[in-house]
Amino acid sequence: MTTTDPRRPGGVLLRILPPGLYSGRAGAIIERSVLSYSRGWLVFVSGVMEPLFYLLAFQIGFGALVGDVTGPGGRPLDYVAFVAPALLVASAMNGAVFDSTFGVFFKFRYAKTYDAMLATPVGPLDIAAGEIGWAVLRGGLYAVAFFGVMSVMGMVDSPWAMLLVPVALLVAFAFAAIGMACATFLRSPSQFEFVQLAVVPMFLFSTTFFPLSVYPVPLQVVVQCLPLYHGVELARGLSVGVPDLTMLGHAAYLFALAALGVVATARRLAGLLLR
Amino acid sequence: MVEAKALVKRFGDFEAVRGIDVHVRRGEAFGFLGPNGAGKSSTMRMIASVSPRTDGELTVLGLDPDREGPRIRARLGVVPQQDNLDSELTVRQNLQVYGRYFGLSRSHVRRRAAELMEFAQLTERADDEVEPLSGGMKRRLTIARSLVNDPELLLLDEPTTGLDPQARHLVWDRLFRLKSQGVTLIVTTHYMDEAEQLCDRLVVMDGGRIAAEGSPTELIRRFATREVLELRFAPGEQEPVVGLVDDLADRVEVLPDRILLYTGSGEAALERAHARGVRPVSSLVRRSTLEDVFLRLTGRSLVE
Repeated sequence: MTTTDPRRPGGVLLRILPPGLYSGRAGAIIERSVLSYSRGWLVFVSGVMEPLFYLLAFQIGFGALVGDVTGPGGRPLDYVAFVAPALLVASAMNGAVFDSTFGVFFKFRYAKTYDAMLATPVGPLDIAAGEIGWAVLRGGLYAVAFFGVMSVMGMVDSPWAMLLVPVALLVAFAFAAIGMACATFLRSPSQFEFVQLAVVPMFLFSTTFFPLSVYPVPLQVVVQCLPLYHGVELARGLSVGVPDLTMLGHAAYLFALAALGVVATARRLAGLLLR
Repeated sequence: MVEAKALVKRFGDFEAVRGIDVHVRRGEAFGFLGPNGAGKSSTMRMIASVSPRTDGELTVLGLDPDREGPRIRARLGVVPQQDNLDSELTVRQNLQVYGRYFGLSRSHVRRRAAELMEFAQLTERADDEVEPLSGGMKRRLTIARSLVNDPELLLLDEPTTGLDPQARHLVWDRLFRLKSQGVTLIVTTHYMDEAEQLCDRLVVMDGGRIAAEGSPTELIRRFATREVLELRFAPGEQEPVVGLVDDLADRVEVLPDRILLYTGSGEAALERAHARGVRPVSSLVRRSTLEDVFLRLTGRSLVE
């Protein structure tokens, strides 16, 4: 792979992802995760319960204190209905980040799981796609559960809201990909504090709990750079049924992030394990 | 099966493999011997197509690892130096999932896992987790896992390091069986008895180069004498004796507590030593082993 000839046809894509990095076996990696998690099903229970607790807390507690807020399109909105779609994508983010950093770090540094995989036809891009794919599936499962709770609580009244689950999947995809790429840079478990340091403020400030207009303009720009902000805006707009063209921009941002993460992960794994 | 010419592997400034020629034939058991850091594992990783070569030529199963890595790896079995079993899965799942990485069907890997657990004597532990298994069992499972794709070429990096004698013999027994089935084996080891047991042909590596090549008996003939006479003394008392015996052998080696005389006939040398008034604490005549060859070629000092 060091001898990639720049003159070879195939051009840029082949240079970013040289052949031999992929053999179409990402599915087998996902199968492995399914088997491994089928014995750790408790993770799923906690993942589904957590957002439920959040929703109840907002319904019973904050909802009574805060009253209505201004939602997308200037419509007055129940505070719980304002927060719920944001929490949905935030939980997708949390699930994806957790899986793709802690899980990946352990397998990568200690268990040498990926070294074992690379001794087979499986390549680094298979590993990246498989692990990220699994994180997305898991995030999707949480999102479906969350969506179910939302509909039971009467917060789903627009047909557009059906798109909340795919949005959650996209958010999970972007964060899993970036998370996994970052995990390859971590050297010791204590460095997971960096992950927390990135995720917690993102969770709190990406217009999850209050609208962008709360911030002074310079800070608004900063917040708009955060990936979770784009997920929250997408989800909230769809949840109340006010779609607009900026949503394409939000989605494009998340897609780009996801693609960047997948490529970076595959290249990092190749550089570190195939040396 | 493997053809290397002037093969080089560099990591930054460090040259782990410095231009080696290797030729491994189908059906043979080929060994890489050498102290730690000799370049054995780097060579094995290049052959396993998970480490691109820095320079030189290499073909594995007639293919170029740089371009056809996945196709080569599909036909290889690899037993790494350290077991990297999947601790999140059971014994059976380890085999089945690994088979799936090769793209084998679910029904095929189910059947194959059952066969391999039988082969590795792990059937009773089929649904146990991997972590509580003994070192020998884990090693056997790693070997079983490497066979899931019916490889033509099996690469074993120090297959029995850290195992007790019973476990080692069981592993050797399994490797003999594979060899008799026509699987080509490439083994690295620093155990001389292992090399003598397993290998038809071997190379001794030292400092990234090949120091010698041949069958175990050839190497002993070429680099050692038929027998070795060991004369043991209280530490320090061997020095004055050296002058009395150094003409009795082809080669003499002086260690802190003994003198080694490399000679065609140990008994004859011992008699003549006695006749000259040499009185060791004890003496031993033994056949030369690959260990003598190894120490001669790679030196006695510790390599770190």
